[in-house]
Amino acid sequence: MTLLDITNLSLKIGGLSVLRDVSLTVDPGEVVAVTGESGSGKSMTALAVMQLLPERARTKGYVTLEGTQLLEQSEAQMCAIRGRSVGMVFQEPMTALNPLKTIGEQVMETILIHQAMPRAEAEVRTCEVLERVGLPQDRFPLSRYPHELSGGQRQRVVIAMAIALRPRLLIADEPTTALDVTTQAQILELLKDLVQEYGMGLLIITHDLAVVADLADRIVVMRHGEVVETGQTQWLLRNMRHPYTRMLFAASNHQVTLPDTPAQHPLLEVRGAVRDYKTPRESLFGKPGRYRAVNNVSFTLHRGERLGLVGESGCGKSTLTRAILGLEPLQEGEIRLAGTAVTPDLKSAIRQKMQVVFQDPYGSFNPRHRVARLVSEPFHLLDDAPTGSARADLIAETLTAVGLEPEDGQKYIHQFSGGQRQRIAIARALITRPELIIFDEAVSALDVSVRARILDLMAELCSAYDLSYLFISHDLSVVRTITDRCLVMQRGEIVEQGATEEIFANPRHPYTQQLIAAAPVLPEIPEQNAHSQQA
Amino acid sequence: MTRNLILGGALSALVVLAALISFLWTPYDHAVMNIPAKLQTPNAQHWLGTDHFGRDLMSMIMVGARTSIAVALVAVGIGMGVGVPLGLTAAARKGSWLDEVIMRGNDLVFAFPSLVIAILITAVLGAGAINAIIAIGIFNIPVFARITRSAALSLWEREFILAARVSGKGAARISAEHILPNVTNLLIVQGTIQFSLGILAEAGLSYVGLGAQPPTPSWGRMLADAQTMVSFAPHLALVPGCAIIVTVLGLNLLGDGLRDHLDPKLRVART
Amino acid sequence: MLRYALKRLLSLLLSLAVASLVIFLVVEVAPGDPASFMLGVNAQADTVAALRAELGLDQGQVARYLSWVTGMLGGDFGTSYTYRTPVAEMIADRLWVSLPLAVYALALSTLIAFPAGIYAAARRGRGGDMAVMGATQLGVAVPNFWFAMMLVLIFAINLRWFGAGGFPGWEAGIGAGLHALTLPAIALALPQAAILTRVMRSALLDILGEDFMRSARAKGLSRRQALWRHGLRNALIPVLTIIGLQFSFLLAGAIIIEQVFYLPGLGRLVFQAISARDLIVVESVVMLLVFAVITVNFLVDLAYALVDPRLRSRT
Repeated sequence: MTLLDITNLSLKIGGLSVLRDVSLTVDPGEVVAVTGESGSGKSMTALAVMQLLPERARTKGYVTLEGTQLLEQSEAQMCAIRGRSVGMVFQEPMTALNPLKTIGEQVMETILIHQAMPRAEAEVRTCEVLERVGLPQDRFPLSRYPHELSGGQRQRVVIAMAIALRPRLLIADEPTTALDVTTQAQILELLKDLVQEYGMGLLIITHDLAVVADLADRIVVMRHGEVVETGQTQWLLRNMRHPYTRMLFAASNHQVTLPDTPAQHPLLEVRGAVRDYKTPRESLFGKPGRYRAVNNVSFTLHRGERLGLVGESGCGKSTLTRAILGLEPLQEGEIRLAGTAVTPDLKSAIRQKMQVVFQDPYGSFNPRHRVARLVSEPFHLLDDAPTGSARADLIAETLTAVGLEPEDGQKYIHQFSGGQRQRIAIARALITRPELIIFDEAVSALDVSVRARILDLMAELCSAYDLSYLFISHDLSVVRTITDRCLVMQRGEIVEQGATEEIFANPRHPYTQQLIAAAPVLPEIPEQNAHSQQA
Repeated sequence: MTRNLILGGALSALVVLAALISFLWTPYDHAVMNIPAKLQTPNAQHWLGTDHFGRDLMSMIMVGARTSIAVALVAVGIGMGVGVPLGLTAAARKGSWLDEVIMRGNDLVFAFPSLVIAILITAVLGAGAINAIIAIGIFNIPVFARITRSAALSLWEREFILAARVSGKGAARISAEHILPNVTNLLIVQGTIQFSLGILAEAGLSYVGLGAQPPTPSWGRMLADAQTMVSFAPHLALVPGCAIIVTVLGLNLLGDGLRDHLDPKLRVART
Repeated sequence: MLRYALKRLLSLLLSLAVASLVIFLVVEVAPGDPASFMLGVNAQADTVAALRAELGLDQGQVARYLSWVTGMLGGDFGTSYTYRTPVAEMIADRLWVSLPLAVYALALSTLIAFPAGIYAAARRGRGGDMAVMGATQLGVAVPNFWFAMMLVLIFAINLRWFGAGGFPGWEAGIGAGLHALTLPAIALALPQAAILTRVMRSALLDILGEDFMRSARAKGLSRRQALWRHGLRNALIPVLTIIGLQFSFLLAGAIIIEQVFYLPGLGRLVFQAISARDLIVVESVVMLLVFAVITVNFLVDLAYALVDPRLRSRT
């Protein structure tokens, strides 16, 4: 019997149509993945099942859970269903828990609020559940507060809250998007085990097709509030019928061809770099402690080379980036750019050789300036910055080079989409023709289809401008295609470096092996689909 | 809500207009006594009535508005003029001894409520409108320094500031070019609120005799004069009281309206 | 927790030291010679000299500051020049009016603001919320001393429920004392309650948008249960800050309100002292007020730690 049956679900918020005739089913013990890019309505579908929609949302259609019409339930009836028959796990483990209550209280609350058992029993059950999700009592007693746990551990607590009463259906909305790959693999493993053990249905919402292919029994592809295609995972991977589905899978596995690397001349040399941060004093009069974010890092980036830097969050890659950009001082070692030492008081003449593209397409621009001014900000570094029509021409040329129109220079940043903004960020980095560009997670916030086009743009620019860049990312599949050589960073140190293909094919360091094993991989898409994508 | 903006703007404009007109024209000379016409309730000759010396309340209110607005405006000016640069500097040098000194200094000033500052100043320098301005102005400094610093700090973490630093721009230039324009909305809204608080503070100081001294007319002193007569001439207290309420209410509504209009997410301190 | 408290205590002592120095500089150093300032221009040379000796002005400024501070630590605030009585005694008498008044007002303000703020937040955007917010908008705009005059007009002069002013003293019984302080406390509390209501409401609304509130709802808590169990305590953090700040406003406001009700509190004392140019009294009262403000903020910092486990575990 079907556990969850959504039929012709439509959802409007105000005048905006968010979902149109969405239909899908989940059987007991089945993992159904809803996937799609941002704005596809996949999260709203999940919230509609929970009836936790924004206040002005209006729904039509049928959401049936084990024969109960959820859309017809009163709020009080829904409260009895939530947490007992349906549990939900959210994206952001860092904020999903009340910071002022212990993890024990918060897990136990699920049990007590439904008056499922007396308090003493509930406490025993809470211990069991936490144990089950991998938080043993000897290390994670009930009295722990959320801030004492890591992101992955907090997500385990959230899962424990959701499954404490063994609901028939578990909904997970991007449960691993905020986590590192190794943690992601563990959490996905846990979810898979729980589904088998409890015979739950799992409705997982994710944008990551590799996760989908790895985990789901069935796939539902959504776009603009509609279901585009649905089918058994293995079958769908072989027989994608809708062009959007094909595009999505192709873009997720997008490969670019980089031009050959020219002769080797060192451009950026990092030698024994060390970066310490002060930590709060241990005692009132004690010395401030030190935290070593970057420890004895050495590498060389050659002219014309595309170097990757991979590592999980907190490994020190952002700190290293800031030191290379001359924004923060080193405590030991040195960084040389074209032979000159990089320090926070770097001369403009040297600084102009290097530019950066950041991750956040929304935070990277002063909202009060026009694009032309934003793009030309690095002219500040030039002694003989072009003026008048030469300046306007250069801005127009650069905007054209990144696939925008010269007229876009007169617009404000809020008039552009995320992908367009990242193009503008690249234009800003290119405009002074620097010798080195640093891409700091530059494609990580983008939807796969947008990401694929930005990667294409980077490959084009490599041929056109002989770019050298340092590409920093946590996403192994992107690094693999967009770099020649690559560094693997763990706890402030470079644990392995070498040619990118070589590292991915034969990782030698255990950490690299672990990273590559943990990263979910998209299966090879059969030829026919790849061809029809080209057509 | 534009309703707040319109209503608040209209009320504030009304008060400012009354103050401006008073330079050119008032129904009567606000200082001329006319004992036979004393303690009249509002009527056709004296729209808001007369006080115990027969002075026209309407004229006194209009001229008094000048004092209130001048004191509050200059005090906001002092607070912004000193507080905003301090806040920008503290944010630009986050964690340095300078930041520490500025913020500790702020905390210290916060320990002296504006009335206590006024008491200290008047005890030594004597009472007067100028001293009231200084007292309220000093009190405004940490308010502006704090909100500027906290707004600037979150901006300094933004990637567009990092991009400006990579473009070789220094802290001063970034503060002027990127930080200040992005905190102006906040400052306008906070300025409106401090303006209204300044009106209230001036009235309070004048009421206890620490503010504007005779013959400068002031709403607070009109209330102090009215106190002994409130049982038989309540309009003496009602008229200046309503003038204060209308002004403060107008400014507060204007502040709320501006906030919603400029940026609903602004974090404004309201105490 | 202990380390946090110690750290806050250290910063309290430091603030007090700096504040006392500022007050000393303003009152005793800025006017030049305090003795001739206090006696006025017509004073005779030998009277000035006598006062100079009494005030210890012949000593250096550093020595005077130290003896002032050490005196205060031992409860000796010096002797009032005008009244010829120890300042400590005068302050102690008056404090028993001003302090209960401020605490009474703070209690009223909190008692009004908490339910009103929670009610408005729970009914966000609906009629009840609009009514509460409209009332607070008005409450914030009303000067407390004018409000006090209106209370006197209505409840003392017309209805005769309360006296128009004065204070019978606590000897007359706690009931009589509280009765006399009721109108002043209401006058002080209502404008502050309006502010606190707004803060409570917006803090709650901020919390309602937090992820963990959605987690709570996903567990099966109703909107109301989530608000009470998870929202309130989190909203308390910004609210505590405001309550701390309000205490200093109430204490300062009490000085003005005492004028309206002819209450023999610190306010009356300080205004008498200002007109009599009795700098010793002014200095001591100001120091006491600042001490109260700094201490309350210290207590608020401790209260944070009780509410927020993140502060307890950090240093």
